[in-house]
Amino acid sequence: MSVNKAAALAAYLPIIDAESEPFWAGTRRRKFLLRHCNDCRRSHFYPRHSCPHCWSDNCEWRAAAGKGRIFSYTVIHYNDALPFREMLPYIVALVDLDEGVRVTSNIVECTPEVVHVGMPVEVVYEEITDEVTLPQFRPLNPS
Amino acid sequence: MATRVCIVGVGESECGNVPDKSALQLHQQAARAALDDTGLAKTDIDGLFSCGDDWMHLLQLAEYLGLRPAHMDCTQVGGASWELFVAHAAAALQAGRCHAALLVYGSTLRSDLRRRRRVIDQPAPRGPAQFESAYGLTLIGKYALAARRHMHEYGTTSRQLATVAVTANRWAQRNPRAFHFGTPLSLDDALRSRMLADPLRQADCCLRTDGGGAVVLTTEERARDLRQTPIYVLGSGEAVSHLHMSQWPDMPDLVARDSARRAFEQAGISAKDVDVLQTYDAFTIMVLLSLEAMGFCGRGESGAFVESGALAPGGALPTNTDGGALAANHPGMRGVFLLIEAARQLRGECAERQVPNARIAVCNGVGGYLSSCATVVLGR
Repeated sequence: MSVNKAAALAAYLPIIDAESEPFWAGTRRRKFLLRHCNDCRRSHFYPRHSCPHCWSDNCEWRAAAGKGRIFSYTVIHYNDALPFREMLPYIVALVDLDEGVRVTSNIVECTPEVVHVGMPVEVVYEEITDEVTLPQFRPLNPS
Repeated sequence: MATRVCIVGVGESECGNVPDKSALQLHQQAARAALDDTGLAKTDIDGLFSCGDDWMHLLQLAEYLGLRPAHMDCTQVGGASWELFVAHAAAALQAGRCHAALLVYGSTLRSDLRRRRRVIDQPAPRGPAQFESAYGLTLIGKYALAARRHMHEYGTTSRQLATVAVTANRWAQRNPRAFHFGTPLSLDDALRSRMLADPLRQADCCLRTDGGGAVVLTTEERARDLRQTPIYVLGSGEAVSHLHMSQWPDMPDLVARDSARRAFEQAGISAKDVDVLQTYDAFTIMVLLSLEAMGFCGRGESGAFVESGALAPGGALPTNTDGGALAANHPGMRGVFLLIEAARQLRGECAERQVPNARIAVCNGVGGYLSSCATVVLGR
């Protein structure tokens, strides 16, 4: 990540708190962590301390495999805000991970012509600052 | 049995491009217009219902208007707030907590944007927003995600989305107060408009105007002495599913499925009883999802339903008869205008756009990002 892009993105980067710190610590180690409930045995994302399904506190962090499929997507052609204006057009998608959670992210290494609902994707990581490594997704190479 | 509650006054402020007025001023203009419509005096108003995106909105508003209400409600669920306020006001009136309720809205969205005093939808990246904000998902993009999914599941087309916009524009040609009155829109115009967030184009997106609106409700007994034909609140319901698009597991099934079911059950009606519909149309996809969720057509059938002309003048379900957010006005959270137009239709005041013999109207507010819905059934 260039210093310029990091600076331009600064206002959009996560303000990390105690509840979210383990997730961002995970992405720095190239891990996509989910919260998993040991009582109702469901995972959730974004991470909450307690399970949103059953309100149990008996949750733990588990690494996702980082693979999933595009549930829906949009190609953004208009965004006045820097730094996004300089990235146009770019793809934002809802990705359903194999662990059963849905994640908002960019699809990278992919053109608007080939992106589609149902496309298999895998996570990639972009180090933006020392603190923030952003997970994004790219088409899963079938090889 | 609880007393019945009715709308006894409606009014609007100056709308459209109003660079020389403040948002509070537009609240006052609308409130006075609605009060003049009723025959009530300012001192009769003892319930105040409003929300906005300014700090301590209701306190600021009560102070500005010189009101000391006995009952107040500032619930902020986006554009659906005013339909939700009808339900909450009805409960307060029936419980005797207030006797005349004022629902009021005002915004200078258009002028603020022009003066760069406001940025659309840019929450600080803390809390749940920290997991989204770096990806550049715009407000329009959020609706585009739902539209793309609907297209994938049901084969809905851009042409069907554009037909919603063209239909709204046709109604606007019958409403001299509509922003696009005198500016017709063809299907080709809509389909050639600028792509903003694929699959949504400029024509799929609402206007951004200034404006305010107000509604006064009271009890059936009190309404007997007033100026206007009372419009009864027959049923209401509210519901919420998510705020962030990733947290909406049943996308694109809108939670109006719950709010409308609750409202229709209370009113003892079904979708086929509805003579005129006012449903929030911030984006064309919002109309399609609302029609399916409320049961006006089956899941996945809304595109064909709209293409059949059902929503247009003379159609089976005249919808957004003032031109809606797509062609009449959209100051940001326009739920109050759905109520105003529905009341006018039921009173028979709509001249060229009047739906003949309208007896049952439904207003469906949608707030957030297809997040909250509040549905009201009105009748005369």
